[in-house]
Amino acid sequence: MSALRRCAWMLLALALGAPVFANPYLPIDDDAVLERLPERTDPSLRDVKRLRTALDRNPGDLALAVRLARRAIEAARETGDPRFFGQAQAALAPWWKQPDPPAQALLLRATLKQSTHDFTGALADLDRLIVANPRDGQALLTRATVLTVQGRYAEARADCTRIARLTVPLVTIACDAAPASVSGEAASAYQALSGALAAPGADAGLAEWAHTLAGEIAQRRGNAAAAEAHFRAALVLDSRDPYLLAAYADFLLDRNRPAEVVPLLKDYTRNDNLLLRLALAEARLLEMRSSFDAHRSALEDRFDAARRRGDALHRREEARYALEIAGNSARALALARENWKVQRESADLRILLSAAKAAGDTAALREAGDWARAHRLEDAAITVLLQVR
Amino acid sequence: MKSLLALLFCLSASGAFAHKPSDSYLTLERHGAAVQGQWDIALRDLDVAITLDANGDGEITWGEVRAKRAEIVAYALSRIDMVSGGTACPLEAADALIDQHSDGAYAVLRLSATCPQPGPALSVDYRLLFDIDPTHRGLLQYVEDGRIHSAIFSAESRAQTLGAGTAWQQLAAYVHEGVWHIWLGFDHILFLLSLLLPAVLLRHGGAWQPAESFRAAFWDVAKIVTAFTVAHSITLTLAALDVVSLPSRWVESAIALSVVLAAINNVFPVVSHGRWLAAFGFGLIHGFGFAGALRDLGLPTGSLALSLFGFNVGVELGQLAIVGVFLPAAFWLRGTWTYRRVVLAGGSALIAAIASVWLVERAFNVAILPALA
Repeated sequence: MSALRRCAWMLLALALGAPVFANPYLPIDDDAVLERLPERTDPSLRDVKRLRTALDRNPGDLALAVRLARRAIEAARETGDPRFFGQAQAALAPWWKQPDPPAQALLLRATLKQSTHDFTGALADLDRLIVANPRDGQALLTRATVLTVQGRYAEARADCTRIARLTVPLVTIACDAAPASVSGEAASAYQALSGALAAPGADAGLAEWAHTLAGEIAQRRGNAAAAEAHFRAALVLDSRDPYLLAAYADFLLDRNRPAEVVPLLKDYTRNDNLLLRLALAEARLLEMRSSFDAHRSALEDRFDAARRRGDALHRREEARYALEIAGNSARALALARENWKVQRESADLRILLSAAKAAGDTAALREAGDWARAHRLEDAAITVLLQVR
Repeated sequence: MKSLLALLFCLSASGAFAHKPSDSYLTLERHGAAVQGQWDIALRDLDVAITLDANGDGEITWGEVRAKRAEIVAYALSRIDMVSGGTACPLEAADALIDQHSDGAYAVLRLSATCPQPGPALSVDYRLLFDIDPTHRGLLQYVEDGRIHSAIFSAESRAQTLGAGTAWQQLAAYVHEGVWHIWLGFDHILFLLSLLLPAVLLRHGGAWQPAESFRAAFWDVAKIVTAFTVAHSITLTLAALDVVSLPSRWVESAIALSVVLAAINNVFPVVSHGRWLAAFGFGLIHGFGFAGALRDLGLPTGSLALSLFGFNVGVELGQLAIVGVFLPAAFWLRGTWTYRRVVLAGGSALIAAIASVWLVERAFNVAILPALA
């Protein structure tokens, strides 16, 4: 395309796009729908509103505040919408800054701190809970999760051992499988987890999550057929879990099946993580060009908005965007490095390695490789990245 | 128990913050006393605060928003305050419009405000939604003299003081404020005059004699003004940096007392040679008074030193202007009976009387005189 024609296209786009997006307007039609609330798709989310109204009338009611915070955290997880985390925090406001709040409030506070990547704060709260009650299964499980994210696998596994007598076997096995599978015991972790999943009678939510985890482990071990079976089993149990959708989309992208990602994610464009996967798929599909362009600029806007508000929660996704969509390997590496300081999951190492390779930074490559070897990380994609220099 | 265990476990690091969180976008543009602005607030956030979805079907229609336009404006305006020059700048907003952002529909409020006594800085206090969602942020773009400054309001930092113009303009504005503060703050002028009135005279054997040379009178004045300046600069700085803070009622009463004592000393002299020491001692108290005035103007974050320096320079310039008018005139009249009896004795008695009333007013928080100082 000549420069002149590109210019003409841009002018046209501006002329058409500007009146729609740039100017505040006065709608004419009373029936025009301006916004769809999350409870449109899930009416049970009205509980959050109802509980909040009740708490407004009785501020300081611990039992009510805990119910609201718990429901709002669930809602945040189901929808991927951080506004619900904010509402959970607001419910806990009287106890948020207390050094020693009641145990129920402390556990929820730790969970919320974890969700905003304040891992140090979360661990301090969890340590306090576990010292007060060494048999607090929820606190132990949450601490194991945080420690796994930080790459402290031995400590995480010690916590999982401690909950064995406090809950059902599937929880204990899954708790242990997460750290074990990335520290040299992927085969036995997978075996234990798939064995536990085969036993009947598991709670649907629990089974969905365990299948997702099993799918991720199978994928890292290079067993695509098993991974796909687990992801599909999980989708049957909950087809809207954003974490599962992202994991399955990553699997499909790895298998170079972008056409299947589009129908999976096209209704979730409000979710930045899922929008990124959708755009990554569309980038590989010629017929999705116009949709890709729109999604790419939407992502750019979202990352820009996050930067403006001073958030650093998106770094892994933003690094991936910079590397795979914007083609800016230097920026991708800077973001991946910042992210690696906070989170050390397999996906964090993978984007660090990819960015280091693209940027030709051999020191970063060596560092990442050393970490993978020291922890005996088993991940097919990372092995490939480390082999091909 | 089982399902909650799973729930908490599932909150892995990724996916937690997948959507765009709650932000509002506030733009303010200032031209002297007038402030214009725009405030974009997400309909989803307004729905949580004042329930826009009246029929509860999970969809917000224009009809539902239209029915609550007045309530939206009232809610938003009750959560923001602006102050300049120590006086509130009341905000008004036109009816809400709608705009589409990358994450959904927003209500758009067009704001306008007038600051009755615009000072160099504009302080904005922002409280929107923090009670409902402590992770909410207000993203501010502030425009003045074509320069754009951005800032973020959060639950931890709800107030922003926005500086004015370039560093030089800002400095000039604070110098200007300092000059006016000393000229309009009659207590400081009267204190200084009480100390300066006898400077053109000499005390000999219980009676006032004219000073022999202008030089001698000049040095006496210079010593007093310098001592006063050094003293109030010290306490102004300490108070502005929050190193020392005294209750303002105590400070204002002590300033009034200092005027009373300085004036009475001219009628019934106790201290005649070491008046610069009195200027220094009481100057320490006047410095706290200046700090209170400076605080009312609003200190821009990030240029505290500059505004402090400018204000102090302004106070000195205002003071020098008074001395520059006073000294030649007093020196010329020093030999007359009128100067000694009417100006020195009568004037001092009048000053002492006025300051005594201030002292009572300030110490007991009552109003006697029509406001002068």
